[in-house]
Amino acid sequence: MRRGRAGLGLALEITVPIALLVLWGVWSASGDTFYFPPLTDILQKFQELWLFDRVGSDVLPSLERLFLGYAIACLVAVAIGISLGLSPLLRRATSPIVEFLRAIPPPALLPFAVVVLGVGNAGKVFLIAFVCLWPVLLNTIDGVTGIDPTLRETARSYGVSGRDRLLRIVLPAASPQIFAGMRTSLSLALILMVISEMVASTNGIGFFVLQSQRSFAIPEMWAGILLLGLLGYALNLIFLLAERRVLAWHRGARASALG
Amino acid sequence: MLVRHAHADSRGRRTAAAWGPPLVAVACALALWELAVRAGLLSETSFPPMTETVAELFRQLGTAEFWTAVLNTLQGWALGLGLAILLAVPAGILVGSSRLAYRALRVPIEFLRPIPSVALIPLAVLVYGTGLESKVFLAVFASFWPLFVQTLYGVQDVDPVVTDTARSFGLSRFERLWRIRLPSAVPYIATGVRISSAVALILAVTAELVIGSAGLGRSISVAQSGGAIDVMYALIIATGMLGWLLNILATRGERRVLHWHPSQRELPA
Repeated sequence: MRRGRAGLGLALEITVPIALLVLWGVWSASGDTFYFPPLTDILQKFQELWLFDRVGSDVLPSLERLFLGYAIACLVAVAIGISLGLSPLLRRATSPIVEFLRAIPPPALLPFAVVVLGVGNAGKVFLIAFVCLWPVLLNTIDGVTGIDPTLRETARSYGVSGRDRLLRIVLPAASPQIFAGMRTSLSLALILMVISEMVASTNGIGFFVLQSQRSFAIPEMWAGILLLGLLGYALNLIFLLAERRVLAWHRGARASALG
Repeated sequence: MLVRHAHADSRGRRTAAAWGPPLVAVACALALWELAVRAGLLSETSFPPMTETVAELFRQLGTAEFWTAVLNTLQGWALGLGLAILLAVPAGILVGSSRLAYRALRVPIEFLRPIPSVALIPLAVLVYGTGLESKVFLAVFASFWPLFVQTLYGVQDVDPVVTDTARSFGLSRFERLWRIRLPSAVPYIATGVRISSAVALILAVTAELVIGSAGLGRSISVAQSGGAIDVMYALIIATGMLGWLLNILATRGERRVLHWHPSQRELPA
């Protein structure tokens, strides 16, 4: 009985997505809805555009902004987060500022970035970095404050130097939380990349998608949306794999602790 | 009586300790902004002085256009979040209560979830135009996923002992859902609502900014393109305050709904 159900589950897991795709293909094949072109057209455009005609002109600039902004955010957030996490006074003092800046809907800062940094790459990278900062920062603070006090005190009483305490105790102990924040930030980075490219831009995937819509190139638009979906999926997957590798020690420790 | 006095006194001191450092830090940050602009460290063409920005903010608070924009943004937020709750919670319960349904839909869900909702902006413009409908569509699509996934996890995360007990007491499937699965999913749903509330606001502002639906986002972009930098800053601050306010409301609401739940017991009231 149980084995049979498990088999059925696996079968469903494989067939349902395929069935949905086929359904979309069949439904759109008639081509009488202007906004929803046949799936085959979209796939064909996808191949023409992204394999690999526009990779250099749109995809690479987009990815460059994404990773630059994301990397800056992670570095800054971990540095600030650790100092705030280690000092309760500093943490209390800055909490209204953090709460306020975090609550600003990020796109509202887009005009600010344009005014201050111009329409080039700097404004877009700034915006991505600014938005990705908060989840990593808050998680780092939580991670650092959540460290077992016994661990910290033991290290201190054994005379472990400040630098070693930071690198060997604080950072590793907080890293599972930091990674959770980084994962949230990664999807934000993609979103902000798209938004920033839709306003005041001359290249990038977001720019391409909006431009296609404005010139009523519907299959191109859908191909762009599909690419963004695949990109989101792939980034998440790569991140999970990287996390599993980096935090392998943590998973192992957890598993043994839980029996 | 005496005890209460002592209590009130220590409470007063605690409030001072709690509010002192943040107030000082905020004052320092504001003063730093003012000084940096006045001293010429930041160019005045892109950074108006703090005092002027705050004055402009207060001027804005007195205008009707400002409040219309706030209401427009809030309307998009409320409709988006409301519809997302109506769609995502039942869907999450439905898919989460059946192991087979969950497995069948897992792959499509995992694929749709990371799609950045902003990628759908062009589609929304085509299908719904540039008005409120587009804004709501984007807000619903974006805030649906956190809520749906939270509900899904919540419904699945039931103590097996409790369900087994209920079954051995002869509770029907519906009763088990209503009395056991739903209550244990409520904390997850509440967290989902809090996340989705922020997301819905972000998407409402995005729609206003990128496609020009009426609201704070459009006002900001109009101020920027018209060169009214101080208005732009004042409106960005106002938008931030709105976001902050909604965050606080969501957290309070969550605490209130979940006052019975162990996760909330440690928190100071």
